[in-house]
Amino acid sequence: MTVTTDLVSYEDALASYDPVMGLEVHVELGTRTKMFCGCSTGLGAEPNSQTCPTCLGLPGSLPVVNAVGVESAVKIGLALHCEIAEWCRFARKNYFYPDMPKNFQTSQYDEPIAFNGCLDVQLEDGEVFRVEIERAHMEEDTGKSTHVGGATGRIHGASHSLLDYNRAGIPLIEIVTKPIVGAGDRAPEVAKAYVAELRELIRALGVSEARMEMGQMRCDVNLSLMPKGSETFGTRSETKNVNSLRSVERAVRFEVRRHAAVLGDGGTIVQETRHFHEDDGSTTSGRVKEEAEDYRYFPEPDLVPVAPSREWVEELRAGLPELPRVRRNRLREEWGVSGHDMQSILNAGAIDLIVATIEAGADPVSARKWWMGELARNANESGRSLEELPITPEQVARVTALVADGSLNDKLARQVIEGVLAGEGDPDAVVGKRGLKVVSDEGALGAAVDEAIAGNTAIADKIRGGKVAAVGALVGAVMKATRGQADAARVKELILQKLGVTEG
Amino acid sequence: MPGITREEVAHLARLARLELKAEELDHFAGQLDDIIGAVARVAEVADRDVPPTSHPLPLTNVMRADEVRPSLTPEQALSCAPAQEQQRFKVPQILGED
Amino acid sequence: MTDSPIIKLTAAEIAAKIASGALTAVEVTEAHLARIEAVDEKVHAFLHIDRDGALAQARAVDEKRERGEELGPLAGVPLALKDIFTTAGIPTTVGSKILEGWIPPYDATLTRRLKEADVVILGKTNMDEFAMGSSTENSAYGPTGNPWDLTRIPGGSGGGSSAALASYEAPLAIGTDTGGSIRQPAAVTGTVGVKPTYGAVSRYGMVAFSSSLDQGGPCARTVLDAALLHEVIAGHDPLDSTSIDAPVPPVVEAARNGSVEGMRVGVVRQFRGEGYQAGVVQRFDESVQLLKELGAEIVELDCPSFDLALSAYYLIAPSECSSNLARFDGLRYGLRVGDDGTRSAEDVTSLTREEGFGDEVKRRIMLGTYALSSGYYDAYYGSAQKVRTLIKQDFEKAFEQVDVIVSPTTPTTAFPIGERADDPMAMYLADLCTIPTNLAGNAAMSLPCGLAPEDGLPVGLQIIAPAMKDERLYQVGAVVEAAFVARWGHPLLEEAPSL
Ligand SMILES: [Mg+2]
Ligand SMILES: [Zn+2]
Repeated sequence: MTVTTDLVSYEDALASYDPVMGLEVHVELGTRTKMFCGCSTGLGAEPNSQTCPTCLGLPGSLPVVNAVGVESAVKIGLALHCEIAEWCRFARKNYFYPDMPKNFQTSQYDEPIAFNGCLDVQLEDGEVFRVEIERAHMEEDTGKSTHVGGATGRIHGASHSLLDYNRAGIPLIEIVTKPIVGAGDRAPEVAKAYVAELRELIRALGVSEARMEMGQMRCDVNLSLMPKGSETFGTRSETKNVNSLRSVERAVRFEVRRHAAVLGDGGTIVQETRHFHEDDGSTTSGRVKEEAEDYRYFPEPDLVPVAPSREWVEELRAGLPELPRVRRNRLREEWGVSGHDMQSILNAGAIDLIVATIEAGADPVSARKWWMGELARNANESGRSLEELPITPEQVARVTALVADGSLNDKLARQVIEGVLAGEGDPDAVVGKRGLKVVSDEGALGAAVDEAIAGNTAIADKIRGGKVAAVGALVGAVMKATRGQADAARVKELILQKLGVTEG
Repeated sequence: MPGITREEVAHLARLARLELKAEELDHFAGQLDDIIGAVARVAEVADRDVPPTSHPLPLTNVMRADEVRPSLTPEQALSCAPAQEQQRFKVPQILGED
Repeated sequence: MTDSPIIKLTAAEIAAKIASGALTAVEVTEAHLARIEAVDEKVHAFLHIDRDGALAQARAVDEKRERGEELGPLAGVPLALKDIFTTAGIPTTVGSKILEGWIPPYDATLTRRLKEADVVILGKTNMDEFAMGSSTENSAYGPTGNPWDLTRIPGGSGGGSSAALASYEAPLAIGTDTGGSIRQPAAVTGTVGVKPTYGAVSRYGMVAFSSSLDQGGPCARTVLDAALLHEVIAGHDPLDSTSIDAPVPPVVEAARNGSVEGMRVGVVRQFRGEGYQAGVVQRFDESVQLLKELGAEIVELDCPSFDLALSAYYLIAPSECSSNLARFDGLRYGLRVGDDGTRSAEDVTSLTREEGFGDEVKRRIMLGTYALSSGYYDAYYGSAQKVRTLIKQDFEKAFEQVDVIVSPTTPTTAFPIGERADDPMAMYLADLCTIPTNLAGNAAMSLPCGLAPEDGLPVGLQIIAPAMKDERLYQVGAVVEAAFVARWGHPLLEEAPSL
């Protein structure tokens, strides 16, 4: 960026001001069809192949509400401890923009389906911070524009744009917090933890995969500062489309420093939208509009009110899954891991995989060990998420079972996993094809041990002399001779036995 | 009720994306002023404790099952486009946000 | 060339003759196409004539009959479709330059129902641009003449449909009624038009003007024909969220069994006074007298909020239209103006809308934009919605006392083309009696009740029924129609000059 922005250090900023945040998160629901028409929401379709008169805004077309969209909204509202409206309407938000086919967005205005809730988020050190929820409402996504002719594919300097309306009309839930005060210097952390927690919640509800990298979850960050001791909010800036957890944290941090610099110089903050830049974590001012937006909201006359019956709401409430934070705490205790370890498991996206592996018969320690060790490494190296690895929790559980019954040792187990990931089939198939089996033939093993002792007399003598620690070298020789297929513990036992030594 | 000025008509035209000509601004200012002056009568009921009616019939909860219906083909979708490129609607440069 | 006698037949007669084999659908269609060819240059009822499509549909009906398949009640009957309903493969302009050349990729639900009922669609009829107007002078494609006097307006917005009926170009037509656009044209052309209960006829594929007011409906030369068409086009449509999910009222049965014996008929005090033409009032009073003679009890009603109906309408309809018409931006379909490779999308949209919309449309878009804008919403749109509630309540109270309400359909007969063109407020008065029904969502019909003595032009009688009680319109309309025809010795249209 060529724009330079005056900043003060984060510490100095926090010494004089208290940050106030407001977070607006848009979640694309994982419904099969769009919010107001029957077009598919499937990913990867060719441009404009998932459009119809309604989502193209053709003259004469009309919307009809997707029942699962409403159900998802109620579920999200309930999970956020919101009140659910007994009666609410859709409204039209009127403004012209080429990616919006009707030139109004069908949204909700002063009658959101869910309101007045909260979400408790846990920071890394275990502190719990309560974020109050203002509202959650239903609306629709816009189409996607590609800018052509500019140097960087950006809107600025483009000669024209190309529009694909496949995404237009995909259901969105917008979740808006009340002003978040009192987070102090932990504001960036709270913001990140909130978005992370919300993402877990959305996934647990099964209403969306909420993958930020795919735009299924997007965050706008409102931030203002008030001088320490003051209770009057300052003017806020709104940073749009902050689309990763790390960016949320950085955007808050940057805006705190920028606001403090402006205010410290005796300047005033302009209420404006700002853009976040991934490359350097900065924000820049959006286009200044000559006239304030006037969205001319009014009740959508083409849709009738939504009045969720209390029975239905209670039915949905009863069917809610255990909330992620509660579940995490339960699992942490069950698995006997530290808060820090649990956080790593969460960050790696491994919770559900470990749970499934345990359900398939593995013990918690092994399940965690494989997913957070060998498999995490592999995922990291191949740039995939754990979920994307071509191995199932059942397969991992089978490997742990083979280790537990002594058929495999850890080294062989790693090779089995490698085989499964390489597409060689199930663990048992890999074992068969690669001939990976612990040598348990006592006769063959005995011969190998004898050979090792005979070939390393000096070491054998040391062991006989009491230096039991030296046994490792002989074990290594036997393992080498058996190409790793022996059970190392059994080998050690045999060597000590043959040398007439008992372990300390 | 305030009268409608030429400037207000210009503002409304910008909001409504109408590139009005100078003579139209005067013409519409007079007419809109007349019309608004007449219809402003509705404000007589502004203070009355009456619920607003947005829909003529008291229907609620009209929804559809989340089932895929056939879309148009891209050719049909683009059949009326004033311009297209790469199976997308081609539009002039968008005055964006950055 | 002399006109075929076929064109004077009613839809019911045509359907019966086709069913019995006395006429073929192709003969009927050709007779009407010939009539259109002969007179439409003068009348200008049609914007587009689908000669090939109509004949193909007629042939299909004849083949169906030959195969012995069951035919619908209106199989083979020609119809003039208002150019506000989408027709796949056939231009749909809504009377606007902004949609010139637009060929929709889909059929409106109503279009589909007509086709499925084997009705023969002759073409698309002229209308005020986006249905905004009461004279059809606001069409971007030129005005339509009233067959009673070609220098006068045929009503609007559905003037093309009413003129097509009155000039015997088609026995059936479709209109849409947002503030009176079916009933007022019917009144001033001596034909029958029905605005069904809001939600009775699907709006899917009907280009929206004001969503909470718009309602499609049947237009015909007789009450029975209107009922037959009503039954074909009404019914639940899952593609329209505001569509009524209930059986269609028994309108045909009602039209065949007309009676007002023992019925209570309301006359609203607010539907007379200043601005009402003497001859209109006279014919209306005679109609009330006739109803009494036919056995109805007449009840005087007071509906004080009706005085605010016009004002509320001219806030609600423009507000909704300002939003509904935002999609016409020159980017995805229709006209695009000024795209020279340097202008922005924003500028091209503004230039396109400036060039593509006529004055009345621009006026209403700006009026609606104003009424919805922050700071004015409560005083204008908010208050208008309260008026709407009061009007509904007035109707509810009235219908506790009466079964139907009657009034003149319009305060005056057809005015000369151009007379009110530059005076929007005067034009708006044409819908004084029809608007309350749209605001409340209930059903209403207009049918001829004579000629005004001072100008010899048709006067319409409006019958209003409660929502979902559309059959009462036909029950009352049929007996009134029969009594008048008996009194006149022939249908009123027989008195129209030949074209
Ligand atoms: Mg939003
Ligand atoms: Zn669609």
